[in-house]
Amino acid sequence: MTEWLNVILQGVLIGGLYAMFAAGLSLIFGVMRLVNIAHGDLIVLAAYVALMVTQTLGLDPLTSLLLVVPAMALIGYALQRLLLNRTLGDDLLPPLLVTFGLSIIIQNGLLELFTADSRKLQAGAIEVQTFQMMEGVWVGALPLIQFIVAVAVIAGLQMLFYRTALGRAFRATSDDQAVAQLMGLDTRHVFAMAMALSLAVVAIAGVFLAVRANFDPSIGPARLIFGFEAVIIGGLGSMWGTLAGGVILGVSQAVGAQIDPGWQLLAGHLAFLAILAVRPQGLFPKVSG
Amino acid sequence: MASPLLDVRAIDAFYGDFQALFGVSLRVNAGEVVAVIGANGAGKSTLLKTIAGLMHPRGGDVLFGGEAIGNAAAFDVVRHGIALVPEGRRLFPSLTVEENLLIGGQSRRPGPWTLQRIYDLFPILAERRHLPSTSLSGGQQQMAAIGRALMSNPRLLLCDEISLGLAPIIVREIYARLPKIVAEGLSLIIVEQDIAQALKASAQVYCLQEGRIALQGAARELTRESISAAYFGV
Amino acid sequence: MSQIASKVEHSTRSSRIGIVLILATLAVLALAPFWGDRQTLRLLAEMYAFVALASLWNLLAGYAGLVSVGQQAFVGFGGYLLFWLVIVAGVHPLVAILIAGPVAAIIAVPVAALTFRLRGAYFAIGTWVVAEVFRLLASQISVLGGGSGISLPAAMVISMAPTRQAREFEIYWLALALTVIVLAAIVALLRSRHGLALTAIRDNELAAQSNGIGVMRIKLIIYVLVAFGTSMVGALIFLQKLRISPDTAFSVNDWTAFVIFITVIGGIGRIEGPIIGTIIFFAMRQTLSDLGSLYLLIMGAVAIVVMLWAPKGLWGLIAERYGWQALPLQRRLVLTPKENAGRKP
Ligand SMILES: Nc1ncnc2c1ncn2[C@@H]1O[C@H](COP(=O)(O)OP(=O)(O)O)[C@@H](O)[C@H]1O
Ligand SMILES: [Mg+2]
Repeated sequence: MTEWLNVILQGVLIGGLYAMFAAGLSLIFGVMRLVNIAHGDLIVLAAYVALMVTQTLGLDPLTSLLLVVPAMALIGYALQRLLLNRTLGDDLLPPLLVTFGLSIIIQNGLLELFTADSRKLQAGAIEVQTFQMMEGVWVGALPLIQFIVAVAVIAGLQMLFYRTALGRAFRATSDDQAVAQLMGLDTRHVFAMAMALSLAVVAIAGVFLAVRANFDPSIGPARLIFGFEAVIIGGLGSMWGTLAGGVILGVSQAVGAQIDPGWQLLAGHLAFLAILAVRPQGLFPKVSG
Repeated sequence: MASPLLDVRAIDAFYGDFQALFGVSLRVNAGEVVAVIGANGAGKSTLLKTIAGLMHPRGGDVLFGGEAIGNAAAFDVVRHGIALVPEGRRLFPSLTVEENLLIGGQSRRPGPWTLQRIYDLFPILAERRHLPSTSLSGGQQQMAAIGRALMSNPRLLLCDEISLGLAPIIVREIYARLPKIVAEGLSLIIVEQDIAQALKASAQVYCLQEGRIALQGAARELTRESISAAYFGV
Repeated sequence: MSQIASKVEHSTRSSRIGIVLILATLAVLALAPFWGDRQTLRLLAEMYAFVALASLWNLLAGYAGLVSVGQQAFVGFGGYLLFWLVIVAGVHPLVAILIAGPVAAIIAVPVAALTFRLRGAYFAIGTWVVAEVFRLLASQISVLGGGSGISLPAAMVISMAPTRQAREFEIYWLALALTVIVLAAIVALLRSRHGLALTAIRDNELAAQSNGIGVMRIKLIIYVLVAFGTSMVGALIFLQKLRISPDTAFSVNDWTAFVIFITVIGGIGRIEGPIIGTIIFFAMRQTLSDLGSLYLLIMGAVAIVVMLWAPKGLWGLIAERYGWQALPLQRRLVLTPKENAGRKP
């Protein structure tokens, strides 16, 4: 019994990480209908940026966020301004194929720079710290921090979307680009800000990913898929939905792995496909109007 | 004579290969109300979109306060002091009424219009400020769209068919507020298919027909016959 | 009314020349076993497989607007089915290739039922998830070596043909034949009633919908047919390789990234595009593959540049410039002045 409680708890906590993968994806889809195939590779890029920052400056991973987050945001802004804005329009293919090309570039660029060796960020003593929740049920400090950060990130995005001028600009641009321009909004800048924000979240996710497990240049696509599955499970356009989606995905994987180690990923995918079959709009779709 | 606030000089405008405006010229002086009338498809909206920077003229130019703005992007034109109330109102459905007004003031110039002044002008909006904009009636949406445009404190307000689809009593109510707006020193271009309404509200009238100016003159000097000739092209 | 009558013409002068050229090229290629060495045959057979895969993906994405990044699901499925049929059920490899098509088509129906619930780019990632599921399931099949894969037993390889040379010739001709059949089927499909509807979808989905064409039905048919072809090509690819593993069979790089690259460079939404693209891709591979990962990086960059600055690909540029058309596909509207042209029913 407590064994299963432990399993489910681990799943919930890892779900926070998946929710962060999902939030960045969902954000840019919401603002500009762009699905970024390179999203997972950008998460891995953030992990490598964190690796360099921690190694060269001797910072611990959590402190390195102070540099990694702005660096990734800047990359996001530039990427959107210089490249991705050119792909937006009625045609589906250009954004899809350009971000697909970008994914290949990032993967192979990282391979060229860092080789295929597995890396990991060392967070020191905190990595082994655990709390006992109840008799036989333990949580690690790091997974707990990661989950709390994920909840904070999503709450923050929700606030930003509905309580700030930037969020208003995001929603207005998403509604009607032409009229948004009439309001003095430079939509190219608004889109670039959305991508910057998305990659800021990606940076946080990347650092936690790198602390939690080994990473190498090839693991990006799987992170994209996890994020995507969490988005669809939660329901398009809903920030809190992505958290629920991430948690469901995390728990499914944990339960699958408990049954048979080879079933970890499969169980997650099957949960996603099951939701798609019975409730394609997701569990918490945004009610429009 | 002093140079006009807006000087549209012989512009040609295109949708792809299709030419919608042919050498259209128009002037608006400071504090003046100008009406642009014409049948459906005459090019009225195209003219306003070109002035507002949503489209760029392929020939001719648009001067505003003496500055050429024909190639400026729409978000830049707002900063010069031109605001458009688009045809069909086009409020942002994801935003509340007040957010729609606030976003109109996203790039505010200094000037008299504030949230409070808009609510004074259209009190019903104050009552509904926190509701989604989609919950407003057509007339209220039109008020919100005008308020949203005013929030940027424009020098020139472009109104595209504000009477479209509204009951006559609502139209009269909205038109009754226009003098208050002009009293703040704004100039107006009113695009209407409703000729009587346009003539009442304006000093100068331009009539567009198939992308060309077919008639222009002072509202009180034009005869009914000359207008209907220019309007219908008969 | 108008003084102009119109008639729809299928063939153009350039396309008539094109057909002669195509037949001549085919003859030369069919005789390759008599003029080429082993290396050349292997390379050509591999190229045919990519022409076929890219043409199928082109049909899916370029014509039906179904941008899938998960076609490796069907490549791998075909490969695994062949290995299973040969090793476990003792079926002859050539028969196994024939079986791979219809079985994949049947599997494609429930897959489509799920993935078609996702729109646009999300559909793309959804197809990828399906491919991942296939890969994970394949690695659970212990009779086929689980996660590490399996080779075709020598006895079965020999059962195909007594000598290695005979086997290689056989596979070469098989690859050529399969690719020609796939291309011919695509051309026939595009020239059919459905083809016009497809072009309508490509050019304007909204208009196609409002014209009442059963867009979803046509898309489903295309999806299933493409799975059919892709799976047969996949079976042949792994018959040639003689070895299969989940990672090679369901590789997103090999069966999707390269295929997309080929199609985009050559010209998406054009039948000639994948052929041109395959030639360029192999030329690049032969010259740049020493660069390792840098070569893939260059490939990604080239794809982006082409997508943004020459979205119709190389063939698009050529066709626009010279009005060329190798295969009589686009119906040309020929306007001829005529007196008193009446309305046609
Ligand atoms: N987005 C567009 N694309 C192509 N043609 C357009 C577009 N918008 C308007 N037109 C054409 O331009 C002409 C002028 O349209 P418009 O300026 O909207 O007329 P009005 O506002 O006077 O009714 C019409 O013939 C119309 O069909
Ligand atoms: Mg109009």
